[in-house]
This record gives sequence, C-alpha cells and structure tokens, in this order.
Amino acid sequence: MASRLMALWEWFDARMPSVAEEWRKHAAEYYAPKNFNFWYYFGVLSMLVLVIQIVSGIFLTMHYKPDAGLAFGSVEYIMRDVSGGWILRYIHSTGASAFFVVVYLHMFRALLYGSHREPRELIWIFGVLIYLALMAEAFLGYLLPWGQMSYWGAQVIVNLFGVIPFIGPDLALWIRGDYVVSDATLTRFFALHVIALPLVLLGLVVAHILALHDVGSNNPDGVEIKKNKDSHGKPVDGIPFHPYYTVKDTVGAVVFLAIFCVVMFFMPEMGGYFLEHNNFIPADPLQTPEHIAPLWYFTPYYSILRAVPPLFNSQFPGVLAMGIAVLILFLLPWLDRSPVKSIRYRGPYYRIALALFVVAFLILGYLGIESTTVWGQFAATEGSLMDRMLDTKDRATWVARVCTVLYFAFFILMPWYTARDRVKPVPDRVTM
Amino acid sequence: MSRLLVALLWAPATLLAAAAVHPLDPAPIEPRDLASLQAGARTFVNYCLNCHGAQYMRYNRLTDLGLTEAQIRDNLMFAADKVGETMKVAMTVKDGKAWFGVPPPDLSVIARARGADWLYTYLRTFYRDEKTPSGWNNKVFPNVAMPHALWTLQREQSAVDYDRTVRDLVNFLVYLGEPAALQRKSIGIVVLFVLGVLFVLAYAMKKAFWKDIR
Repeated sequence: MASRLMALWEWFDARMPSVAEEWRKHAAEYYAPKNFNFWYYFGVLSMLVLVIQIVSGIFLTMHYKPDAGLAFGSVEYIMRDVSGGWILRYIHSTGASAFFVVVYLHMFRALLYGSHREPRELIWIFGVLIYLALMAEAFLGYLLPWGQMSYWGAQVIVNLFGVIPFIGPDLALWIRGDYVVSDATLTRFFALHVIALPLVLLGLVVAHILALHDVGSNNPDGVEIKKNKDSHGKPVDGIPFHPYYTVKDTVGAVVFLAIFCVVMFFMPEMGGYFLEHNNFIPADPLQTPEHIAPLWYFTPYYSILRAVPPLFNSQFPGVLAMGIAVLILFLLPWLDRSPVKSIRYRGPYYRIALALFVVAFLILGYLGIESTTVWGQFAATEGSLMDRMLDTKDRATWVARVCTVLYFAFFILMPWYTARDRVKPVPDRVTM
Repeated sequence: MSRLLVALLWAPATLLAAAAVHPLDPAPIEPRDLASLQAGARTFVNYCLNCHGAQYMRYNRLTDLGLTEAQIRDNLMFAADKVGETMKVAMTVKDGKAWFGVPPPDLSVIARARGADWLYTYLRTFYRDEKTPSGWNNKVFPNVAMPHALWTLQREQSAVDYDRTVRDLVNFLVYLGEPAALQRKSIGIVVLFVLGVLFVLAYAMKKAFWKDIR
C-alpha cells in the first residue's frame, strides 16, 4: 500500500514537480525564527478564520435568499428548518467578529515588533489592503440578514460616501443602485459579498504571504536571521516552518477554536455585540431605529466620524477624518524612523506613544457603541463663557475628540519621537 | 443627503435622552421547564396568535416541548390545517394597520429583539388610560398601539398566578426565538470536550517536536 502510494506520488512528481518545490519553499525549507511568541499565532489564525468563513459561507448561500422580501425569513429558515443551519449561521456570524479580533491583534503585533519596517513594507501594504477589503466584506455581509441594523447601518455608511463634495450624491446612488437602500442594493451587496470581495481577499492573502516568504519573517527581537547563516546557507536562528511551526500553530488553532466555540455555542449574540438585538426586527425603510451603531469592529472609526464637528452643516470633515484614520496606516513604514524594530529595544517615547494609542483606540471603540450622552454633560450655566464656547456639552464627545487627537498624533508625530527615542543595543542573535 | 446623515448621527442622542426608562423586572424563566413551556404555548395560541403571527415557526416543531403531533393538532392548532404549517395569523397586514394603526409585529424572534426581561415587564405593566385609542397604556412601551390582550387573565387570576402565566408565556417566547438553543448548548459541551482532547494531543506533539530547540 505504502509503496503503491509512493509510486503514485513519484508519477505525479515527475509530471508536476512544482508542487513539491512550492512545499519546500513555503513549508519544509522555509526558515522561520525560532523565537516566535504568543503574538505570532494571529497570522495563521487569520487564515484559519478566512477558511472557516468561506466554507460556512458557501453552505449559507445554498439556503439564503438575496431578496428584500425573503432575506429576513430565509435567515430564520436557516436557523429553524435547515439541518445544522443554526450551526452554519453562528459559525459565520461569530467568524466575522473573530476575523477582526485576530486581524487587530495581528496588526498590533507589527506595531510591537516593527514587522512593517524595511524590508517588509510591501507585506504591510498588502496587509492594510487586506484590512480594507475585510472591512468592505464585513459591511456588505452585514446587510444580508436584512434586519433593522443591517438596513440602517448600510443607509448611514452609504450616505457617508454621499457627503464627498461634487461626486458624493452620484457615488452614493451608484453604490445603492437606488435612491434608498433597497432590493437592488441587497442583490448587489450579495454578489460582492459572496464572490467579488472573497476573490480580492484571497488574492491579497497570497500576495501577503509570497511577499513575506521572499524576505523572511521578522521576530520579537527584530533581528534579521538571514544575516547569520551556517555553512549550508541556512539561518542559524531559523527552524523549518514544517514541522516546527505547523505543530506549534496546531496548538494555537485548537485553543482559538475552543474560545470560538464557547462564543458560538453558549453566547452567539455576545451580549448584542456580535448579533445586535435590533437586527432581529425586519428592515423597515419607514422606521428609523432610535440608536444606530455599527458592529464593534467599526466603532473606533465611527467615533472619529462623530467626534469631528460638521463644517457648514456638512459631515464631510468627519468622513474625511475617518477615511484618513484608516489610510494613514499605509504610511506607517515610512513614519517610523527608529533605528531599531522591536519594542524590546525601543525607548520610552515609543512605548508611551503606543500605550496611549491603544488606550485611545479602545475608548473610541467603546464610545462608538454608545450614544454620545453616555457620560452625561458638562455642567455649564446658560450664557456662560463655556456654554457659548462649546458646540456640544456631551462629555463623551469631548473624550472622543481627545482620543481622536491622540490617534492621529501617534502617526503624525511618529517621525519625531521615534528618531529621538533612547534605544537599547540590539543583540546579534535572537533571544529565546 | 448630508442633512439626513447629520440627523442620523446626532438624533439618537436627543431621542435617548428624552425617553424615560421604566426599570425592567428580571424574568424568572426556565428554558428546560417543559410544563412551563407548554403552558406558555397554550397562552400564546389562545391570546397572541389572533393578531400576531410566528410565521417562521412550524407547529410540528413544538414536539421540542414534549408534545406529540396529535396533541399539538388537538390543543394548539386553531389557524392551520396541517401540522407542518407555520404559525401564520389570519389577520392581514392591511387589517392590522386599519385596526391598530400599525400592523402587529410577527413574534417569531421578538424575544431576541426585546429580551425576556422587557417582555416580562411589558406584559405586566398595562394600565387603564382613557386618552389612548385602545383605552390601555403601558409603562415600558408608552402609548403602545396594542391593547392589554391578557386583561381577562389578569382580572381572573391572583397577582402571583398572573406573574406565573406571563413567566410561562415569556419562557415560550424565548424558546420561540431560538428553538435550537437547548440543543446548541448540549452540542457545545461535546465539541469543547473533543477540542480539549485535541489540545492534549497537539500540545504533546508540539513538546515532542520542539524538545531540542533552545
């Protein structure tokens, strides 16, 4: 039996040697630094979630109806009448949030260890493109259950494009395919969600990994392992990805799946953060819900949007700030002027800046879920200087403004504080 | 367009600030109590299903509650011919609009939208109000279009018994919102156990492969 299989493989290999070659290049003889820590699980976990979403999504499309009159009911049909349908739906809804959890942690890893720095700028750029595509994919998919939050969330976000000067209204009309979010919007979002964006995502993931394997992985010390090679030309601090990291990542994947399953089987709504309560009310174009909040993974940017005051009664400055807040990520490799990569050898400036950035991001995320009145208002007597100076007395809005400034300051001041930081000497070899 | 957006972004704050919130009583529901679920189902088909549908729920799914199809057909099915049909309502949307001002919402997933505590409090806080068209008003849903459909029950039963009736009904509505919920949790325990075993194996394998890396 074994020899038969071997013979079959040899027959195959003689006709298509590139399979074995790619396996060697990307797994068996891809040398990864041996000192990867906890933060290095999230790349492979992102790929795992991508696969989970694609597979569960394929099965969901077999039962879902992209029709404004049927969509909401077809989701309930999946939840009740399709065998195992509720499992598919919860896998997919939990997977959407899990995707952002692992991608945010993966991006934070880059900030910790300088994985975006030379020579890995392209990997970072592909990564930010993946993040953008993922945001689009999540937004498009969220319309499909056709609940109140789906509908009004889409209405608000498409309207954001509408405030762009000159082209805005036409652009919003072109995206919707109608004057309001309607069946035309649902069918095109469905098409984009199930085929267009997944193809883009897969292509970008391939580019991300090819670019990574060309230059090699960074590590928690930010040391280039390719500078230290043995007599066979192999990095002394590198170990073959397979089997070392395949077995290690298997452990990480099992732990991740356990957490995933706790959410999926015991708290699929996650207190309204993964599945919003209002989204169990069918979409009603005539009834605007009292409180419209996007899902948690968009809320930091939603907060930035709300924090920027309207100008000439136009929300464009907020929309612009929100757009720049995402796009500024592309510049990160060139904003960072530190002579070292890893936070282990960086000085206090970067550590403080990164901590402030994370705190600001989390507060913005929290405030984006809540109403702007969540923390009450400043006590300012009517007609007083403070009353006349402030456009709003909502405490939460002012906190969001401070956090928005901190968010942008992290990037804009980066060339200055990274270049002046007191760095420590970087060792020649990785440390375990 | 821009003005609509401004309205959408800023209006929620003013709306929320204006609405006075009535405190919700925690609903003492027990999703595994079949007697309670059956009692709730009976109240549901007798008092709710005349105006509200549960159009995504099939009658024969109520076998989940320990009932046979014959029992369902004889005791709970008044508005359908076949036990495989969904719990639709005879009243049309148009009639509902004409009679109540708004069509009564479908109740299939109402417990997921409103929450058990809200429903439990809502159904117990109707009061007489001559100013409304129906003559009823509600503390958690001010000026609601729905009249107090359970008022005969509330009149006939003691306060304790009425609370129990509402408890059973809300218990049923929570089941109705997600019939697979109990099954979900029991499957979840098995899945976590399997993952626990897999973790032990995967961890042992990792240790074995990595023993000479330092």
